[in-house]
Amino acid sequence: MSVAATGHELAEPLRAAFGEAALSADDGAVYVAPGSIAEVCAYLRDDPALDFAMLNSLTAVDYVECFEVVYRLTSLRRNATCVVKTRVYGRDDPALPTVSGVWRGAVLQEREVYDLMGVRFEGHPDLRRILTWEGFEGHPLRRDYLEPPLPYTWPHGG
Amino acid sequence: MEGTAAPMSAEPQTGVVDMMLNMGPQHPATHGVFRMVLSIDGERVVGVRPHIGYLHRGSEKLSEHESYGQVITLFDRLDYVSNLNNELVFARAAEELMGVEAPERAQYIRTILCELNRVASHLLFIGTYALDVGAMTPVMYTFRERERVQNLFEHVTGARMMHNYFRIGGVKEDVPGDFAERVRSVVRHLREGVEETDRLLTFNEVYLARTRGVGVISAADAVSCGLTGPCLRGSGVAYDVRKAYPYEVYDRLEFDVPVGEFGDCWDRYWVRLQECYESLRMTEQALEQMPDGLVMAPGRRIARPPKGEAYAHAENPRGDIGVFLVSDGTDKPYRVKVRPPSFCNLVGLERMMDGAYVADAVAILGSLDIVLGEVDR
Repeated sequence: MSVAATGHELAEPLRAAFGEAALSADDGAVYVAPGSIAEVCAYLRDDPALDFAMLNSLTAVDYVECFEVVYRLTSLRRNATCVVKTRVYGRDDPALPTVSGVWRGAVLQEREVYDLMGVRFEGHPDLRRILTWEGFEGHPLRRDYLEPPLPYTWPHGG
Repeated sequence: MEGTAAPMSAEPQTGVVDMMLNMGPQHPATHGVFRMVLSIDGERVVGVRPHIGYLHRGSEKLSEHESYGQVITLFDRLDYVSNLNNELVFARAAEELMGVEAPERAQYIRTILCELNRVASHLLFIGTYALDVGAMTPVMYTFRERERVQNLFEHVTGARMMHNYFRIGGVKEDVPGDFAERVRSVVRHLREGVEETDRLLTFNEVYLARTRGVGVISAADAVSCGLTGPCLRGSGVAYDVRKAYPYEVYDRLEFDVPVGEFGDCWDRYWVRLQECYESLRMTEQALEQMPDGLVMAPGRRIARPPKGEAYAHAENPRGDIGVFLVSDGTDKPYRVKVRPPSFCNLVGLERMMDGAYVADAVAILGSLDIVLGEVDR
């Protein structure tokens, strides 16, 4: 059967390895400091007792006072999942380190978060807009995004 | 299994690039509006940059302005060849958020329809993929068989696509009286049809030459890239959400998870072909076990779930589709995030294309079986 690791279970080894970086935990997830997210993820992947070899999904939620970036990890060998969250504050240029060096699968998902939420991933090899076009203004999935007034023209024609 | 974490570079590896070749967005082999720019060194591909977003409709943003029940219509339009599988995963996420459970009969109905939808989706893949690599005939057979599933869906849900049939807590209405009879007949025909295609295509010499050893991705790379579904199982990793995290009634059904050996295009095809047989097996079992009873959980029609989060995932024909819902206590979701398997599988494209012949680019892209409605959302 599958195991969904609670935040508390995950917080113990993380506190032992990283000390203060593991901020808090609840039933669903463990919260870590944004600056150390890449190291924490590398640890979660490499530690044989955890072995989270696959990044299932990476997304962000706009809570207005902060952006919560949610990492959902899967261990195929142990058949387990866990959720790691981190909060970045500030709406002008929120940024945190990339995990694309840990899982290649993060490359496109981080680009999507950057495009739609405006959270920048430092060290990402190719951080460009992905679903909207180059020159698009704003980040549509933010809560305060306003659609540009009509009539709106596309960059090349009509 | 160690994930290799070499940084993915957008630039070609050798530094010797004869030309850049643009493929798409209007190209028959991209099955939608997908564009990729290939860097070519002689006959070999040394780099690939996918460009997506041509079909972006902002489904996630739109969902924030619809009530929970209305969001299902948007999920129909994500992966438009396996609509019911998408509806199911949203319905399950919302059910988890609201603490509702669909009645047993509804779960069986949903399982049966999802498995038939999987066969229909795989048949579409087999036919069009054969077209991609130059076999004109199989598509005629697979579309004939797929039509049977579409007709059944029309009979049950009222629509051939965009069914809008699953609800949070069940299904829209009970199935017609002759449902069991018709499903049995469809399954019987489909099995013959799949076998026919199997004989026609699987070990065809030309087909083998085009797909065997082409677009290889190792198991470690596939895991690190986050591939799921047949693309991952083609590389020999037996990860299937239906087995790993059983939902609906899958824990009561007997089925195998076919896996490939080398992770090449043929293996990915073979896994899908075998899954057709497995799905038909599951459909028959579920039909035998299906009880009578309610098809909708009793409760209020307009749901206001409590504050909180829910995540549900399911095995879509393309892989592990997940829905992450955040509720702020109102009747509309605060955030809807779809984990689209096609989009995530695209990460593997660069590894598969590395060093491949230009002529194989179409075969490799086709073997990923992406649906652009889901990639771009």
